Amino acid sequence: MTEASYQATSFPASPTDAQGALLAADGTPLKLKLRQSMRASRMRAFGLVLPLLIFVLASFVIPILVLLWQGVYNGTYENDMPRSAPIMRAWDGASPPSEAMAEAMVLDMVDARKAKTIGKVATRVNRELSGTRSLFTKSARRAAKMEAPYLAALEKADKDWADLETWRAIKIAATSLTPAFYAAAVDAKYTADGAFEMQSEERRIHVNLFIKTMLVSGAVMLACLLLGYPVAYLLAHLPMKTSNLLMILVLLPFWTSLLVRTTAWIAMLQSQGVLNDIFVWIGITSDDSRFSLIYNMTGTLIAMTHILLPFMILPIYSVMRAIPPSHVRAAKSLGATNWTAFWRVYFPATIPGIGAGGLLVFILSIGYYITPALVGGQDGQLISNFIAYHMQRSLNWSLAAALGGILLVIVLILYWLYDRIVGIDNMKLG
Amino acid sequence: MELPPYATLGQKIWHYAFYVICGLIFLFLITPILIIAPLSFNAEPYFSFTEGMLGFDKEAYSTRWYQDIFTNGMANPDQPTSWALFREWLWMALSPMHTAPDSFYTDTWENAQWVRAMKNSFFIGFFATLIATALGTLAAVGLSRSEMPYRGAIMSLLISPLIVPLVITAAGMFYFYSQVGLSQTYTGVILAHAALGTPFVIITVTATLVGFDKSLVRAGASMGAGPARTFWKIQMPLILPGVVSGALFAFITSFDEVVAVLFLAGPEHRTIPRQMYSGIREQISPTILAVATILVIISILLLVTMELLRRRGERLRGIRN
Repeated sequence: MTEASYQATSFPASPTDAQGALLAADGTPLKLKLRQSMRASRMRAFGLVLPLLIFVLASFVIPILVLLWQGVYNGTYENDMPRSAPIMRAWDGASPPSEAMAEAMVLDMVDARKAKTIGKVATRVNRELSGTRSLFTKSARRAAKMEAPYLAALEKADKDWADLETWRAIKIAATSLTPAFYAAAVDAKYTADGAFEMQSEERRIHVNLFIKTMLVSGAVMLACLLLGYPVAYLLAHLPMKTSNLLMILVLLPFWTSLLVRTTAWIAMLQSQGVLNDIFVWIGITSDDSRFSLIYNMTGTLIAMTHILLPFMILPIYSVMRAIPPSHVRAAKSLGATNWTAFWRVYFPATIPGIGAGGLLVFILSIGYYITPALVGGQDGQLISNFIAYHMQRSLNWSLAAALGGILLVIVLILYWLYDRIVGIDNMKLG
Repeated sequence: MELPPYATLGQKIWHYAFYVICGLIFLFLITPILIIAPLSFNAEPYFSFTEGMLGFDKEAYSTRWYQDIFTNGMANPDQPTSWALFREWLWMALSPMHTAPDSFYTDTWENAQWVRAMKNSFFIGFFATLIATALGTLAAVGLSRSEMPYRGAIMSLLISPLIVPLVITAAGMFYFYSQVGLSQTYTGVILAHAALGTPFVIITVTATLVGFDKSLVRAGASMGAGPARTFWKIQMPLILPGVVSGALFAFITSFDEVVAVLFLAGPEHRTIPRQMYSGIREQISPTILAVATILVIISILLLVTMELLRRRGERLRGIRN
């Protein structure tokens, strides 16, 4: 059979268009058709993810964004003192307060008192200058009876109205979109002239708290590494059967409720607890000088290390399992001592596991809330506890949002690092 | 890990010292969890071992804290109890008319704090798991397709509930949900827990999909099965172990979660962890230890289930150790 006859009996030549591009059966260019079908399958894959994406956006991402917005936007004053706010914003912050400012203030105070929002406004201004809360509530009570000239009337009601600082604080509060809360979150003060100055030494609590939280997370990470590495090594080098059995001892704490473990540590560490009883029994300490191991930083560190240890062991273990034993044998056959073989050959190979476990432990411990709240006592409180405090007790949501925003940025940077180094796909559970 | 016969004395000492160190670490891991079981049988209202307990005195042990779980908070705990009465109550309660007589057991079921907390925990956990598993499985199937656009970015977004500090999540939800009228409702807590549980479902299901042979689906399609049919008949049975373990993770997340509950739930939505939290903060009574012991037993059961599922999953996908 010649070449030509073969062609004649085989399939008809593929249809092509004027430019010679291949066409599909229905006449559209094959390239286009392929793109369409790729597009359709991409859309199908995306369609599967879409419900969850919408759900996570609506129930998780948007609430957090809305909260974070509170960190830079607080409309309390603007909403409840509508006349005064624009005038206060326009004021330069240096010239003596004008009659127009005072008039708007008095009229707004009367309305705010009627609407029962004056307390909120007073609290808002009080955050900028402490002591102004009572000034506001007191003046608002008298505002209804005040007459022009209002400035003099205000000053008669309370001499603090003559103080320029009061008006400056109001000017800051009147600006809804403000960096004041982020400034407060890093212990700075945002002034009416738009400058930042550091708080006085004894009032700088937040930066120290962030540093303390980082140090605690670092310490917990280090403790987890020191305790987790030998265990992971043992598990990885025992026969599968034995190591699976011992693995239960690691996984059981992992699966046990956080509160159960915290309760258990209270039973272990309190002054009448198991550990102190043992110390007294052995004779390390006497009955009346028992160690205070809980409701302080020690308690937080011990309980957090215990709770996060499995998160360190599991990644290191899975990396160690994958290291061929021949590497260490090869090093030894070339004359390395046990230590050199471990330190120069084995240990570097386990660094990915250490990175994964360490980052995970650090990320989790930096946002820890429950354990410090329950066993931390006074000095064991971390940044999360402060956020919760401002959210639930002091009701300074904007400051909570600003502190949360900073914490979130730190965590997201670590998360990005984790993704770069480990890859989220490689996150394993159990 | 075996010691070679030519090991020097120093190596031998190090070898056994290593075992001792590891033993101590295991002790550190497991002791606190095991210690609560004997403590929960304390006859005295203490969190520590009494002299009698250490001397194995029968009088020093009691089950009063376990009884307390069922009676604390009851309107009238002095009503008669017996096995026959319980059977009668159960029979009536399960009957279609729900006409349980007004007895000790009705009182427990309606009023005992821990029983109510347990009901809340299971109710919230069930629906949160349902949402998380359904949406998470679908998404994992989509994410593991190679043609998925923006895969990395979407994956990081969907895993982020696991990473973002719980306080921030809970505070955000508290703020936002109270504006849309969801705070202090079951719905709010369920939505929060579902969002926190989805990352686990995605991780476990994607892990089972890694070894998934796509030609199986193509084979099904070539024989005329539509996408829905190939999914339910071919893909689903194979990824089922991953789905179930993801669901278990989601459930345990919800069952163990307390920060979101602290922020979002009202007093009538208290879950077991929330009840434990206030128990630890307000009055430390060994009832918490009794509850904790029960929870440890539940987690042992879960652990066994997970292990069996993992083995089954690996067998199904043809992975051998």
